[in-house]
Amino acid sequence: MREVAVVGCGMTKFGELWEKSLRDIFVEAALKAIDDAGVDHIDSMYVGAMTPGLFVGQEHISALMADYLGIAPIPAMRVESACCSSGMALRLGLFEISSGYSDIVLVGGVEKMNDGADATYALATAADQEYEVYQGVTFPGLYALIARAHMHRYGTTREQLAAVSVKNHHNGTMNPNAQFQREVTLEQVMNATLVADPLTVLDSSPVSDGAACVVLTSVDFAKQLKVPSVKILGSGAATDTLALHNREDITTLKAVKLSGKAAYKMAGIKPSDIDVAEVHDCFSIAEICIIEELGFTEKGKGGPFTEQGNTALEGKIPVNPSGGLKSKGHPVGATGIAQVVEVVEQLRGNAGKRQVKNAKIGLTQNMGGSGGSSVVHIFTTT
Amino acid sequence: MPSPTYRREMPQRYRLEAAKCKKCGKLFFPPRLVCAGCGSKEFDKTKLSETGTILSHTMIRVAPADFATQVPYAIAIVESDNGVRVTTQVVDCKPEDLEIGKKVKFIFRKLYEEGHTGIICYGYKTVLV
Repeated sequence: MREVAVVGCGMTKFGELWEKSLRDIFVEAALKAIDDAGVDHIDSMYVGAMTPGLFVGQEHISALMADYLGIAPIPAMRVESACCSSGMALRLGLFEISSGYSDIVLVGGVEKMNDGADATYALATAADQEYEVYQGVTFPGLYALIARAHMHRYGTTREQLAAVSVKNHHNGTMNPNAQFQREVTLEQVMNATLVADPLTVLDSSPVSDGAACVVLTSVDFAKQLKVPSVKILGSGAATDTLALHNREDITTLKAVKLSGKAAYKMAGIKPSDIDVAEVHDCFSIAEICIIEELGFTEKGKGGPFTEQGNTALEGKIPVNPSGGLKSKGHPVGATGIAQVVEVVEQLRGNAGKRQVKNAKIGLTQNMGGSGGSSVVHIFTTT
Repeated sequence: MPSPTYRREMPQRYRLEAAKCKKCGKLFFPPRLVCAGCGSKEFDKTKLSETGTILSHTMIRVAPADFATQVPYAIAIVESDNGVRVTTQVVDCKPEDLEIGKKVKFIFRKLYEEGHTGIICYGYKTVLV
């Protein structure tokens, strides 16, 4: 097993990219990553995307992207696990290099959600079509069900949920690639239009276009490249019941807990060793549950932990310095790799105004659906 | 919802048919081929209790196209009295009437009409007891 490094990364701005196509945004991010890595070829490629077929009517994007990036005939494959498609794609890239099968692998993610599709319907296909969606539930609805149960059981407050969005919007003001680079207040979040009670539109990540890519090599190969590389220390993935209602406890994201546990074990570290984390805050309540499952705080304490500023940029464990899905944007298939791009830039010390001081170990957590799948990676400076 | 799918799910949508594992007794709705509890592949046919309890609830205010004319509508996760959980609408009530722990009963209702010319989709919803 070879150790694996991220040697280059690149992403597009996230937002409503009306003038650019699905293929154009992927190629833009890929060219940035290849240029950043300084490699002269790619051996193999994985592309994470949730449902380009529903969003723009295009499947088979592995071949499409290899073609338009000018790297055909290399092998390429699309990876799908709803909103953690590209996080899972990274795992495959890691395995391919670790096994010695390839030396240079490009892993990317892309989604074009603003080309006119019914985004609420397309996203809902990540839930159980026959037994959740058929009844009329939506994704905000599923997270609202989690939020209501969490508030009822642990006393989590409406203000604590809003504190997640306020923090992430603040971080987003310092990220030039973020979709929303503006502050929001607690009152604005709580008084915004309700999407699914108790969640408002400002508890929710937006509908976004965007792409992100990284180049992976072995750690030994990375030394020849003379670029600042970041080593992948750990990787973990897990699944849970697809339907939220089938879980023993709807406030527990078991796949997140187990994927985190596996990644910590592989890395040989504990939650308190993490200096910076990018987690899947598709809704405010999700970040609260995730920081509990990853062991940054106790079960049920995610609300007060956030409210007290522990997850802020200067806090005990900075969470989502990029602005997270909430402020940076959430082009679903691209999100997993965009999280990696942020953590790599943080560990390289390239994160500008949102730089977490002395960041040596970083974590990414990317989740599919209402927690039916989750993937965690841990990175360190080399 | 394509028609073959709709027809296949009728026993659950119309009659709340479930499966009970012959080995460990765990209930599944819809029925499965393999027991997620013990791995057994043998089941007896059974039914959800027609009453249950609200475990969590929300009001959907932004809906996909098929449900757009119904907003706002209440959705809950309900545990039937024989221990099976489902996602279902709660109808004929005001939003403020909904509470975790309240009892509901299952009823047979129209859910939505499929597309422009599609079939009318029926199934279970719940009302407060």
